Amino acid sequence: MSLTGVLRPGHVAIRVLELEPALKHYTEVLGLTETARDQKNKRVFLKAWDEHDHHSVVLREADEAGMDYMGWKVDSPATLKKLAADVEKSKLCQDLAWIPAGEHPGTGERFRFTVPTGHAMELYAEKDRLGNNCGTDGPDINPLPWPDNLKGIAPSRFDHCLLYGDDLDGTCKVFRDVLGFGLSEQVLLKADPGTMIGAFLSCSNKAHDIAFIRQPVKGKFHHASFELGSWEKVLRAGDILSRHQTSIDIGPTRHGITRGETIYFFDPSGNRNEVFSGGYIYYPDKPPLTWYDDSLGPAIFYHDRKINESFLSVFT
Amino acid sequence: MPHLITPHLITIENSGERFQSVDGMSVLAAMEQARCRGIPVGCRNGGCGACKVRVTSGQYRTGKMSRAVVSVADEAQGCVLACKTYPQSDLGVEALGRILQTGPSRATSFSFAIPRPESPRSEREA
Ligand code: FES
Ligand SMILES: [Fe+2]
Repeated sequence: MSLTGVLRPGHVAIRVLELEPALKHYTEVLGLTETARDQKNKRVFLKAWDEHDHHSVVLREADEAGMDYMGWKVDSPATLKKLAADVEKSKLCQDLAWIPAGEHPGTGERFRFTVPTGHAMELYAEKDRLGNNCGTDGPDINPLPWPDNLKGIAPSRFDHCLLYGDDLDGTCKVFRDVLGFGLSEQVLLKADPGTMIGAFLSCSNKAHDIAFIRQPVKGKFHHASFELGSWEKVLRAGDILSRHQTSIDIGPTRHGITRGETIYFFDPSGNRNEVFSGGYIYYPDKPPLTWYDDSLGPAIFYHDRKINESFLSVFT
Repeated sequence: MPHLITPHLITIENSGERFQSVDGMSVLAAMEQARCRGIPVGCRNGGCGACKVRVTSGQYRTGKMSRAVVSVADEAQGCVLACKTYPQSDLGVEALGRILQTGPSRATSFSFAIPRPESPRSEREA
């Protein structure tokens, strides 16, 4: 196995103001599937069609919108122990805690910590496999390219988050030096190239698994993104969003950073979602791509060449 | 949903813009429909705080708003989110989005950070 350590973003837990409209959005418009419900804590667990693991999105009804935490699947229980010890040793994170197995349905124990930008992150090694429903002669045997009965936009997977916070350098240190992520792209200040204002980090072959932008806030959520197979599907997502009168932020358009084709929209609690396609393959020996703040416009929205009003000021 | 017999007149005091309410539509949605611009538009769904206004006159009801951007104290003073506010009479509102910015923020060594009007924690938990 050549992809080791942290494998992928395995779940994102999003706070919603009212569960029912949120569920309608995430299942009928975005097109995820509900896999479990926790009545007591007002949580619903969902997955995208091509994910094998039990869930990748957790919705929790709360008084505030935003993100509770993001979870990362690691390759083994031994790696989980090792990375947890490394996080502790680094002294870079706060609120370290072990969450017992079963607190998320079908999930092993999770190690939780808060990175310097104020975001709670988790590592875990085990989650039940539900499969992707494509096998024709039993699970994963002679599979179809995609299953029947997909609803809405129907992305294949939860892909990444973009988060806003103040101590970008500290958080980058955690992801790069402790968790082994690579820096695929960065945004630097032209007048002071020692100051990074945007970091795009990968633990895999993806152009990014998580991104951060420096803002004078703690623990804020910009968007959770879901993968589509083609630009044509991004356009179709726009059609579906309009049909449901979903609040669209911008797009379909292209990002300069990561080259992804994208559309941004809001869930019924104001949390931003993205569906995107494209990007490139990242390898750990690839030099980081650098953007300067005076090119932030095309870096974010390549066609408009300027960031829209809401990109920097609207988050939850 | 409020059932309006005659539309109400909404006035944005900072910009002087006036527009009519639309049955079942929030103040922000009616503003967008009337192509006015006095209240900043963000998520349109009560989460981001971009559309925060202070209601200076009139009756209204509100939907659920994120406590991260509207505290209990805010709400008591008529500070609400236009995207979750439904007029029940003529309304006067003052947009707070770009005005409540207080003092320079920490770590604003770059020019594009836009501090948002956020209730301080202490106030929020009050
Ligand atoms: S526009 Fe986001 S709260 Fe109203
Ligand atoms: Fe994204």
